[in-house]
Amino acid sequence: MSRVAIIGVGQSEFVRAYPGSVRELAFEGFKDAMRDARLTAKDIQASIICSAPEYDKQRSPAGVFAEYLGLNPQPTFYVESLCSSSSMGLRLAYSLVKSGLHEVVAVIGFQKMSEISSAESQERMGRGADIQWESPFGTMMPAYYAMYARAHMAAYGTTLEDLALIRVKASTYGPLNDKAVYRKPVTLENLSNPEDRMAGPVASPLRVGDCCANADGSSCVIVASEAKAKTFCQKPVWILGLGAATTSVNLAGRDLFTGLTVAREASRQAYQMAGVGPRDIDVAEVHDCFTIAEMMAYEDLGFAKPGEGRDLIRSRATYKDGSIPVNVDGGLLSKGHPIGATGGSQIRTIVLQLRAEAGAIQVKDPEIGLVHNIGGVGLYGNVSIFGR
Amino acid sequence: MAEKAKSDERFKKFGTVSFTSLTKTNDFVDFLEKGQIAGTRCKDCGRIFFPPRADCFQCLDSHMEWYEVTGNGKLVSFSKLEYGPAGFQADVPYCIALLDYGPFKVFGRIGKEVPEADIAVGMPMKTIANRLPNGQLNYVFVKA
Ligand SMILES: [Zn+2]
Repeated sequence: MSRVAIIGVGQSEFVRAYPGSVRELAFEGFKDAMRDARLTAKDIQASIICSAPEYDKQRSPAGVFAEYLGLNPQPTFYVESLCSSSSMGLRLAYSLVKSGLHEVVAVIGFQKMSEISSAESQERMGRGADIQWESPFGTMMPAYYAMYARAHMAAYGTTLEDLALIRVKASTYGPLNDKAVYRKPVTLENLSNPEDRMAGPVASPLRVGDCCANADGSSCVIVASEAKAKTFCQKPVWILGLGAATTSVNLAGRDLFTGLTVAREASRQAYQMAGVGPRDIDVAEVHDCFTIAEMMAYEDLGFAKPGEGRDLIRSRATYKDGSIPVNVDGGLLSKGHPIGATGGSQIRTIVLQLRAEAGAIQVKDPEIGLVHNIGGVGLYGNVSIFGR
Repeated sequence: MAEKAKSDERFKKFGTVSFTSLTKTNDFVDFLEKGQIAGTRCKDCGRIFFPPRADCFQCLDSHMEWYEVTGNGKLVSFSKLEYGPAGFQADVPYCIALLDYGPFKVFGRIGKEVPEADIAVGMPMKTIANRLPNGQLNYVFVKA
């Protein structure tokens, strides 16, 4: 069986408000990955454009980008699974290459959240759930994750300080990442002092410091067949395992509130396909849109038993020099979360780690890396495993 | 010439802001008007749905009957929102929550009259119909 590789990765800087149009934003990530892979547009046989369309003014951006990036007349299409869109794009690129239909495919994620006004954004946030049965109660993303946090605390005794420790870890690495939107350090005191902005209430028990920021950004991952990878690339990174899962959008249809079933199911699939287990993972990127999301990821991915995720952060096991480094690029909490671009940025970090090109955040000699990327409030889950 | 059917927009009355006008489960709003919370049950396979739905994916058919949500559920979790989305600013702060009735769960809000200090995961609560200040209808959870 021939393998499928990643031969180029790139991303734009993630910023509060990108000073350009969406096609120009997409160009930033694409340029970075194409230079990394040393390819030209004619080498790309198809492109997959990933974002959450409710932020787009441009209808059907795929066709617009393909022309702007020099990818005509090759086919292009659009993929959406909320915040995990570009991991879903990777899944499709893998299948296109594995099937032999294309040999080199670009997965381009982007989001210009500042494209719409803050009032429009507020309105969309109200519709980020089951619009028929949940949104009429006035729901928002942080409040849903807050409900998971409350349930986790009630079941296992997880504390607000445990969650704050996750933010402190993220902000240890954020300042080292020149693509991150938030590069200031955050201390435990910031989250415990009621006068501090970071401790301000959002949706109890989550505070400002427990939440990632919106951002504008783009990312690009170039996927190739084994033959093309060997032609084009000195250090291909192989896709070893891919998992993807879904669940009920309405919380009323779910049975687990201390973890995400989609992450458990997607990781089970990915581990099985890769023939590895949680102990084999040397470095991981997890979807820390909120601190509680990283805590649950530790447990859902099997890095810790359910309820024992806090031991990993308390013992600093998920720091760069720990037994299982997680989000040493600062995570979504530091980088910001431009929805459609996020998965590609996570994949980029893992690819750079496996190539030993991660600079100041390089983990010692990793062989296998994992990306956990969640769409919505655990509505979609993608777990991808990579090896060098 | 056939008269144009008047569209049934009862569901616009559900919640502070309703995002849905036309649904085959519009009768849910009539139950709310009568002070009842109702879900649906498939007459063919007996499967229970809350929130109610018009169609059974198991039977691939649509033979539903309404049942009333009665008794107590257990509070699974809750969160107090300090900011609301557009259209909900007048309501803040408010708590969204989930009640577990065993065969089904109900997602909604905790009643304003329940003091936050009294709310705890695992406590029994019941669901009651509620009229909002703007004349809209929803349901809320109160102490059992
Ligand atoms: Zn049925």
